Amino acid sequence: MSPAAPSDLALFWAGAIAFSIIVYVVLDGFDLGVGMLFGATRDPELRDEMMGSISPYWDGNETWLIVVGASLFAAFPAVYAIFLPAFYFPVLLLMFGLMFRGVAFEFRGRGGPSSLWSAGFWIGSGLVAFVQGAAVGAMILGIPVKDNQYAGGAFEWLRPLPVLCGIGLMFGYGLLGAGWLILKSPTRLRDWAYQRAPFLAGGMAATLFLATIVTLVQAEGVVARLADRPWAALFALAGALSIFGALRGVKARRDGQPFAFTILFFLSAFGFLAAAFWPYMIPYSVTVASAAAPESSLSFLFWGAGLVALPVVLIYSVVVHAVFWGKLRIKGH
Amino acid sequence: MELDPVLLSRIQFAFVVSFHIIFPSFTIGLAAWLATIEGMSMATGNPVYRRVFDFWLKVFALSFAMGVVSGIVMAFQFGTNWSALSERTGSIQGPLLGYEAFTAFLLEASFFGIMLLGRDRIPPWFYFFSCCMVALGTMLSSYWILCNNSWMQVPLGHTIVDGKLIPDDWKTILLGPVQRIRWPHMLFGAFLTTSMCVAATGAWHRLRGTAWEESRVMLDWGLGLAAVLIPAQILFGHLAGDIVHKYQPAKFAAIEARWHDEQPAAEVLVGWPDETAGRNLYAISIPRLGSFIATGTWDSKEVGVDSFPAQDRPPVLIPFWTFRIMVGMALVMLAISWGGVILRALGRLEDERWFLWLTFLSFPTGFVAVLAGWFTAEVGRQPWVVYGLLRTKDAVTPSLSTPMVLASLAGYILVYSLIYAFGVVYFYRLMRDGLTRKTPPAAGYGLDTEPVQ
Repeated sequence: MSPAAPSDLALFWAGAIAFSIIVYVVLDGFDLGVGMLFGATRDPELRDEMMGSISPYWDGNETWLIVVGASLFAAFPAVYAIFLPAFYFPVLLLMFGLMFRGVAFEFRGRGGPSSLWSAGFWIGSGLVAFVQGAAVGAMILGIPVKDNQYAGGAFEWLRPLPVLCGIGLMFGYGLLGAGWLILKSPTRLRDWAYQRAPFLAGGMAATLFLATIVTLVQAEGVVARLADRPWAALFALAGALSIFGALRGVKARRDGQPFAFTILFFLSAFGFLAAAFWPYMIPYSVTVASAAAPESSLSFLFWGAGLVALPVVLIYSVVVHAVFWGKLRIKGH
Repeated sequence: MELDPVLLSRIQFAFVVSFHIIFPSFTIGLAAWLATIEGMSMATGNPVYRRVFDFWLKVFALSFAMGVVSGIVMAFQFGTNWSALSERTGSIQGPLLGYEAFTAFLLEASFFGIMLLGRDRIPPWFYFFSCCMVALGTMLSSYWILCNNSWMQVPLGHTIVDGKLIPDDWKTILLGPVQRIRWPHMLFGAFLTTSMCVAATGAWHRLRGTAWEESRVMLDWGLGLAAVLIPAQILFGHLAGDIVHKYQPAKFAAIEARWHDEQPAAEVLVGWPDETAGRNLYAISIPRLGSFIATGTWDSKEVGVDSFPAQDRPPVLIPFWTFRIMVGMALVMLAISWGGVILRALGRLEDERWFLWLTFLSFPTGFVAVLAGWFTAEVGRQPWVVYGLLRTKDAVTPSLSTPMVLASLAGYILVYSLIYAFGVVYFYRLMRDGLTRKTPPAAGYGLDTEPVQ
């Protein structure tokens, strides 16, 4: 593969994957967040309403993760082949987390050890959030690669920066989840979520602050790259303003605002990371151009998956959210 | 064999894929069965079909969910444990498996939701159309998986550039001679799996004296469909055997436990292949039959395992036995389904309790046959992961260590045991009470599912 500029099709698929990742983060982010908040209360009424608030969406939301994984394997097999071994245990924990979350919806109402499925639900949600954040942290530090294969250890994702990023994402998804409950709930669950939002936002801001300090000390590479791209600071600024926007929405009790501004925060953070990583898909060795599958594979994918399947997935997501738009309707109310 | 990352990764893959395949092979058949029974309901207007449909729809929903959960794991196995394979063949396997994921999603996104929730909101013909589309979608999903596996069994339509296998002719990869045989073979396997389950459920309810009318529909349709399907499946199984004979002679020799070249070749019906000594213990063989099965003539020369270099020989014991288990299951299905049709024609099906018991007990025959067939195909392909091109030991992720794979394998066994144990309990309850009692929807959580206008 030449180190030249990526082809149009490679750029299309890199763009499609980037887009799918951010959609995934926002969509599954809120239902993972609700999953973690589920563990913060023992009130069965609140718990049932929380699950109800995400039950029409969660599987559709997780589909975006499948879209990311499938597109990555298909369009950038070299990245798929490095990324998954680098995160062997995080991926395993991600699988277990998703399984326990998924079966909680199916099993919880069928009798048997429902407290086990409930615990699996919120612990699984937290686990999924943590390993995703840890993966981002490990990417900031850079992933060791030799001969097109991962060349690091099994626990590089447990160094301080990845752990901080993991905790930070748990807070971040928690804030998204709280924003979602505020937006959707017509009951006291909304007030419950309003009360927790400032704590979640503060926790997220504090971990991010610590993570920034660790990055400055440990990851000279990314700091030097960002120094070359001063405009990336705009994303950081937008992120900081978004947290303020979310908190103001909480204070003024405007139901849509915390969720909207938390989404804005995630978009800013994603933009900031993209600015730090581009053109690398595996920082800091494998680029979009060098990882792309041959044109015959990319175009085979484009005509079916790119032109038909991806738009349908997108339309489906929009339709589901449109159909269930507005506040939840609780039985008996 | 020592416990290295290669062997452990193989065991892990076999474990997670075996758990997974149970559900797709059931749901592919169930989707077709639901479409059939909904069609009957529309054509006859007989309400019993609607009750049977509603019952199997609940089973389908649970089975589909379990299939999705275990399928997500499969999507990541290729990368976590077989990254050298992914890197070298990803531009062929990636798009095929990617299309499978997209197909499964398109199905779930659109028509599956309508099947589960939309009965009262759309006209009946559109509901029936949705059922057909779901059936088509599950079949298409299996098409991509079989494309991928057929290419791993008999790689065609690729070129090699810088040590990587890249697609050269998608038409051959998608519609090649191997795929044209193996995909129908899998589809018939799935249909038979479900037919036997439907018949067994009918027999069970008849034996317990519950759901009289429904059990008759299930018995008639399950046994009748199996009776029609099993000859077709035996034909395609034979054609799949011809493919192995032509493209994978070492696997063919292993399945037959034929250690040395023979002319004419005998057929070992049963025996115990002794891999270290290279011979069969307690073998019962029929002279010349081996030649006939392989070529249709009574005197053809057939190659033996020892004609291949030692490093290219597949294991013998597992393919030999899994193949015989598969064929044995097919014979059981043949006997039960044709026996049932004959008893029905004589008007005695419901009176012969021993036969109802046999039918009930044969519910796992389809599952066992599917698993045994896949074990024959996959173990027989060894020591290759892509036949003749890439060895399994060169395909594993280089950064894996033995403790890492031991830990992940132990984790999968633990988590799957827990989840599937309860899954089985819930399946059992659904099968037992689903026809006679109104079961509450599982995911309601006291919320109105109606959207707020």
